[in-house]
Amino acid sequence: MSALSPEHPVPVLELRDLSRVHGSGDTAVHALRGLSLSVEAGELVAVMGPSGSGKSTLLALAGGLDTASSGQVLVEGAELGAMSRRELAKLRRRSVGYVFQDFNLLPALTAVENVALPRELDGTSARAARQEALAALADVGVPELADRFPDAMSGGQQQRVAIARALVGPRRLVLADEPTGALDSETGEAVLRLIRRRCDDGAAGLLVTHEARHAAWADRVVFLRDGAMIDDTGQVSTVDSLLAGGAG
Amino acid sequence: MSIRYGLLALLHRQPMYGYQLRGEFELTTGGTWPLNVGQVYTTLGRLERDGCVSANGDATTAADDSSGEDLQKTYAITDAGRAELGLWFSTPVSRARRPRDELAIKLAMALVSPGVDVAGVVQSQRTDTLRALQDYTRLKTKAEDGELSWLLVLDSLIFAAEAEVRWLDHCEARLARHRPAPVTVAAPPVHVKQNTPKPVSR
Repeated sequence: MSALSPEHPVPVLELRDLSRVHGSGDTAVHALRGLSLSVEAGELVAVMGPSGSGKSTLLALAGGLDTASSGQVLVEGAELGAMSRRELAKLRRRSVGYVFQDFNLLPALTAVENVALPRELDGTSARAARQEALAALADVGVPELADRFPDAMSGGQQQRVAIARALVGPRRLVLADEPTGALDSETGEAVLRLIRRRCDDGAAGLLVTHEARHAAWADRVVFLRDGAMIDDTGQVSTVDSLLAGGAG
Repeated sequence: MSIRYGLLALLHRQPMYGYQLRGEFELTTGGTWPLNVGQVYTTLGRLERDGCVSANGDATTAADDSSGEDLQKTYAITDAGRAELGLWFSTPVSRARRPRDELAIKLAMALVSPGVDVAGVVQSQRTDTLRALQDYTRLKTKAEDGELSWLLVLDSLIFAAEAEVRWLDHCEARLARHRPAPVTVAAPPVHVKQNTPKPVSR
């Protein structure tokens, strides 16, 4: 049983002083530099920044797809760095959902099979996994696509299926990497509306995007530059003075 | 001026009182451009003078016309008004005639002012604009599908704010590439009363 008080819930995702360095010595590339960030249940946080600022590295570390050079990643209070490969794989299946720009649905599986797959891999019976997947597809508004293959769906439909897959079962963390990048403006907005609604219903979301209009669906927008967070719309501005010694 | 044509467009639908026009204007634009009734009557006066609207009803018979306003006058669009409205709809809005962009001027001045953290000015503005963008998006999530006029106004605000953020990103990248030499002059640095400069309000 959890002894946590509702006033101080554990964040679904917490990054503590996270750094990622590729290479060493003079050729070392600092992809992330001491970044800290937490995402609560019900919260959607957008990450913006120019190419090479560390956005994708941040998402890969948050989802346990890459390993930090230093610092900690906690998903629902469990530290990823302390886990065996087996435990990490289990956590990825059970707690984390991914939404990619190019949908990443398996072409040989129908929509419902794509959505059910992570549940089946996690040990849920095929019958129960299918029921969960059908419910997830209904939840994202495409129950009629259940038996359709990805190549017979539009981009927007595929992304809805991908979101259903990302949040099927008990998963509460969705990591989205430019989820609207391959979609037209209106379809992209429908996808963001869906992610927003899932967060309003209690999921936690981390959305990487380079478009401010899409980032604006989030509760907070953080900016990265050269691997460090330079701004956060959820924080009161910390700029004391933009005039160096000017006020006198 | 958009109030003039906004009122003409509303009168094109049906004749209305001044107060009614104010209410309809705000309803159509979602309260984005609040009008006071004085602006409405001033504009109606000019439209009447220009022959674009005609007023029916006698102001002196108004029941509670204590303010002296033509509260009971009904305004209707004339043929000349319809022609002017048609021209407005068919003529693209000129970018050159829009008010000067305070933000662009602010950044240009920041670059040539001693001791100003230009990147900080960009960053502070971008955060403020993004917050506005978040506010517009929240309003959009609450808007109903039937509120099409309001949704279009919101979309306009959202796309304009997004363009500003993109431009600020571009400024930031350009500044990082060029790193302008600090401005050094004999004059003392800019003196400001408060420490945190105010972002340009949207």
